Amino acid sequence: MSGVLATNIMHFARLLRRAGLPVGPADMLAAQQAVALIDIGDKTQMRVALRTTMVHRHEHAELFDYAFSIYWRDPEAARQARAMAAIDGGKEQPPEKAPPGARRLQEAFQSPKEQRKPLEDRPPEIEAVMTVSERERLQTMDFEAMSASDIANAKAEIQKLRLPLDAKRTRRLRPDRQGARTDLRATLRASLRQGGEILDISRSRRVTKPPPLVVLCDISGSMSRYAQILLHFLHAVANDRDRVSTFLFGTRLSNITRQLRARDPETAFQSVAHAVPDWSGGTRIGEALAEFNQVWSRRVLGQGAVVLLVTDGLDRDGAAGLSENMERLHKSCSRLVWLNPLLRWDGFAPKSQGIRAMLPHVDEFRTVHNLASLRSLVESLSRPASARDMDRWRNVA
Amino acid sequence: MNLPSSVAETAALLAAGGYVADPALATTVFLSLSMQRPLFLEGEPGTGKTEIAKVLAEGLGRRLVRLQCYDGLDLAAAAYEWDHARQLMAIRLAEASGEAASIDIYARHFLQSRPLLSAIDPDQPPAVLLIDELDRADEPFEAFLLELLADFQLTIPEYGTVKAKTAPVVVLTSNRTREVHDAIRRRCLYQWVDYPNAAREREILARKAPGVSERLSAEIVAFVQRLRSEDLFKLPGVAETIDWAGALTYLDQTELAPGAVDETLGVLLKYQDDIAKIRGAEAARLVDEAKSVVSPLPVV
Repeated sequence: MSGVLATNIMHFARLLRRAGLPVGPADMLAAQQAVALIDIGDKTQMRVALRTTMVHRHEHAELFDYAFSIYWRDPEAARQARAMAAIDGGKEQPPEKAPPGARRLQEAFQSPKEQRKPLEDRPPEIEAVMTVSERERLQTMDFEAMSASDIANAKAEIQKLRLPLDAKRTRRLRPDRQGARTDLRATLRASLRQGGEILDISRSRRVTKPPPLVVLCDISGSMSRYAQILLHFLHAVANDRDRVSTFLFGTRLSNITRQLRARDPETAFQSVAHAVPDWSGGTRIGEALAEFNQVWSRRVLGQGAVVLLVTDGLDRDGAAGLSENMERLHKSCSRLVWLNPLLRWDGFAPKSQGIRAMLPHVDEFRTVHNLASLRSLVESLSRPASARDMDRWRNVA
Repeated sequence: MNLPSSVAETAALLAAGGYVADPALATTVFLSLSMQRPLFLEGEPGTGKTEIAKVLAEGLGRRLVRLQCYDGLDLAAAAYEWDHARQLMAIRLAEASGEAASIDIYARHFLQSRPLLSAIDPDQPPAVLLIDELDRADEPFEAFLLELLADFQLTIPEYGTVKAKTAPVVVLTSNRTREVHDAIRRRCLYQWVDYPNAAREREILARKAPGVSERLSAEIVAFVQRLRSEDLFKLPGVAETIDWAGALTYLDQTELAPGAVDETLGVLLKYQDDIAKIRGAEAARLVDEAKSVVSPLPVV
């Protein structure tokens, strides 16, 4: 292969890295190898050869195609700089633009299959504390810094979290002297150390492990005063156990799983604030759940996932489509737990349409009377399930 | 049989096996064969991911070794297992005949091959290894695969390393019910298998359901293509299109009629909500649209 082409591929890989694609040196070498095998005069073959070696996720394919079309258009050296600028600009533009469009652009990069209706620019609902546009909200949404001791406390609290069905038996085995199964392979190996004499039977038992957890958290106006504590909670949970997926919804659904993975809470919260366009707006629970069911449920609800739905059930759309989508969600996960943080007195009756539509489809209904701390949240979630309470709620509804 | 030496040859090889691949897929398959890298195929169910491995095995004259993944799949079921009963028996026999010192209980014949070991067994003919629906296995299982995918070898602590004489063709598929780990992705060539366009789907139908008249199959494809742009929970795949063509033929249909479409929707759509949404007026509208595409000038 000519040196020019090799250099070009190297520059192209660098461009992709700057655009946020994880292209490593091994991928670049594979790309060089692939390009040597195909007919480089054929643009499709060239594109596919580079894509199949450098892109490892479907979400990245669209960004790659865009970068490819810009980079390999004309052979002058100067275009590299232009391409860099175009990609960088394309990447950094979203926060500057009007949020709905930017959000779509961002999402178009993540998953081209998603189709959504444009968001009408309605003012926030009455529940919203202030009447400001979504854009202004976005800017004011900064979270109090957490001190090192706050973080340590949060970690300690999360350790106490015991979700229903938490220890799920997997089919993996682990050596255990009291285990119920005999491990013949280990027994034989041990016997070799004793000159072939079997002195002890090695045993093993099933490993237990928490199931995947999917958190769907409402961040609409009525819930806004709890956003801080909820985010602390979500961040602590996401960093405490593996297989946690986190989604926020108000009028639309945002997957913030990757953002929350940052160890440092402040970094995580900042990128969450950027990624989510609808802080403290209205709530369209039905629509958000429909989108979750359509786009995400099959990808994150496998292997017996437990869903934790955090919302007050106050729906802007008058509970349109809520019951159907709750039913579907309930049927696709192993357990659906609803945490309602707005129940502040015992005589509460679930009168709102949204709540009545949702209650029949949850396995457990948890309430927090005073969501002042992470501790109250963890305590509420770790309480043993009470079938009688659940019946009482259903009767009232 | 030798590996194809160009993209066109690869496409021809797949076509000879009855698989109609689009240019992108043919290129990726060619590269995977030439570079000896595993092929990682992701896509919606029913888009022909598993079929590629079968066609490759047949076209290359190799045996197909298939590993269906499931939750809890472990080394003993996927790669190899020691035959403990025979090992113990051999010890007894050796003791009885006074040769206990010379017995090797970790010899090859005590090792039972499961799909992964069988695919790289140097004593067996070259293989196509299909690791199907990897997303159904749990994460710990993916780690078992890493050595195999990178070097086509397996290390068995008691025995040593088994390495393939001829690198197997490895095809992994996933329906994305779980994200497969990056470590696996890095070792593979990645291709997203999408629903085919109308022309390709007609071609597939002509090969897979040869008894269906040209007009009916054109209408079927036009209908299904429209159905895929509807807001449905689960879109019909190519496998469903083929099944549906078969179903309509069994019912002696020569062209699409709203009544027959309503009655056979269950072949295409597998969720009641989707069926309820499409059945009736919506189906009739889609049938009309499909017909107008197939024969734009109705004879009056």
